[in-house]
Amino acid sequence: MLEIKNLVVSYGSIVALHDVSLNVVAGEIVTLIGGNGAGKTSALKAISGLVAPSPGSIRFQGEDITRLKAHQIVKRGLCHVPEGRMIFANLTVAENLDMGAYLRTDAVEKRATLQYVFSLFPRLKERAQQIAGTLSGGEQQMLAIGRALMSKPKFLMLDEPSLGIAPLLVKTIFEKIVEINREQGITILLVEQNANLALEISMRGYVLETGRILLHDHSPALRRNPEVRKAYLGGG
Amino acid sequence: MLEFLQQLINGLALGSIYALIALGYTMVYGVLRFINFAHSDVFMVGAFCGYYASKVGSRFLASGTVTAAIVVFLMSMVVCALLGILIERLAYRPLRERSKLTVLITAIGVSLLMEFTGQLVFGADPKSFRLLPSKNLQIFGGLVFNTNQVVVLGVTVLLLVVLQMIVLKTKMGTAMRAVSYNHRAAALMGINIDVVISFTFGLGSALAAAAGILYAISYPSIDPLMGVMPGLKAFVAAVLGGVGSIPGAAIGGVLIGIIETLVSGYVSSTYRDAIAFGVLILILLFKPTGLLGQPTVEKV
Repeated sequence: MLEIKNLVVSYGSIVALHDVSLNVVAGEIVTLIGGNGAGKTSALKAISGLVAPSPGSIRFQGEDITRLKAHQIVKRGLCHVPEGRMIFANLTVAENLDMGAYLRTDAVEKRATLQYVFSLFPRLKERAQQIAGTLSGGEQQMLAIGRALMSKPKFLMLDEPSLGIAPLLVKTIFEKIVEINREQGITILLVEQNANLALEISMRGYVLETGRILLHDHSPALRRNPEVRKAYLGGG
Repeated sequence: MLEFLQQLINGLALGSIYALIALGYTMVYGVLRFINFAHSDVFMVGAFCGYYASKVGSRFLASGTVTAAIVVFLMSMVVCALLGILIERLAYRPLRERSKLTVLITAIGVSLLMEFTGQLVFGADPKSFRLLPSKNLQIFGGLVFNTNQVVVLGVTVLLLVVLQMIVLKTKMGTAMRAVSYNHRAAALMGINIDVVISFTFGLGSALAAAAGILYAISYPSIDPLMGVMPGLKAFVAAVLGGVGSIPGAAIGGVLIGIIETLVSGYVSSTYRDAIAFGVLILILLFKPTGLLGQPTVEKV
């Protein structure tokens, strides 16, 4: 579904990604793990059009999207939930969700998606009229995911959904991610510091280190890999 | 007391005009974080569009009627909306990724270009135009309302209500607020930032055009440099209200208008201009975020 070939991303003279190739098949949950500054976020930004890659190609459902702008990529069903959530703190929860459905014109189906988001995260329904900036970190993450689902994506990219969230809520959010994948058939590319959790729910994983792909395997195999255990899973 | 009320009415009318101009500054600041100094010249072009529209219109419509006035307003607002969009497209968009200072200096350049092109095209001599017959209405034993002041207040209130509806109730208005919060997040929603920015420039410029006509009917004459002073005052009004805040700009405009009128009425009209800039200095010293502004949080 998503094929990335020889992707290079640089900010001025600093190269964030060197020659990265990866692919995601429809229906999968794939994770990108790696330490701080490994280039995980840069990879997602390049895919969603927030930064322009210099050499490399990104194909989504067979179409070359390398040079498309962010809003054109969303239109093709690829939605990015950015690091730090980036909800619109000045808008209400309902308005945030409405912005997620910005490109949709079918009022009836839009309402159905809204009901689905509310059933997934009942907390959002309770707080629909509240200003989004007043939500807790976990609730903001729910809103960020809910807002992305409002665009009815085929492919969802999640950047650090566990960052800055109470451990109890992290579990809920990861359960919801699996549910979204299974029940809605939405393909997921997950970037996560918490490698344990990410490898638990994903089918395959890529290990990124200083802008290069170090390893690539099925998630259970990665969890057993001694190198990965040592570096990312906090075990020997 | 009577004189005070009279000054208040005059101040309110003047403040309404400042408020309409200030809205354009504040909305553009909201989405692009820079002060569009060419805005005051869009206000000037608005007045001239009104002047020419009423001249041309008088061949087709009886001048001095309400219908003719509405047509003049609409034509000028449409022309200025397009002009605002064009300015952003040609002058500011190519500099989107540059430093804010670059854009600011460009804005000053665009402003000068428009002022001197205005002198070339419209002529440097002052012109006057009347939209509606004006007369003074006596109310409450001695208080005088000029019909033009009624028009100024009425049009301003109407435009503020329409603007509020657009910003709070429409999809484009919500998108404007989303863009003003965070460009990247808005782009990730599928919002075309360029379209929203164009829309914002169009909306702000249309309001400036209306302000230009209201100014032209309140004061004896218009000329290509007429935008400079009201533009600066409206800028002060936007800062006073909290730049980026729409209600703030409206309140700031009215306050500046009233303060200015009271000072020229009770102290001396010599200090009229000084007082607005005195307010600017005080605001920047003691409450840089303005009355309703939010402190900006640096986003990473």
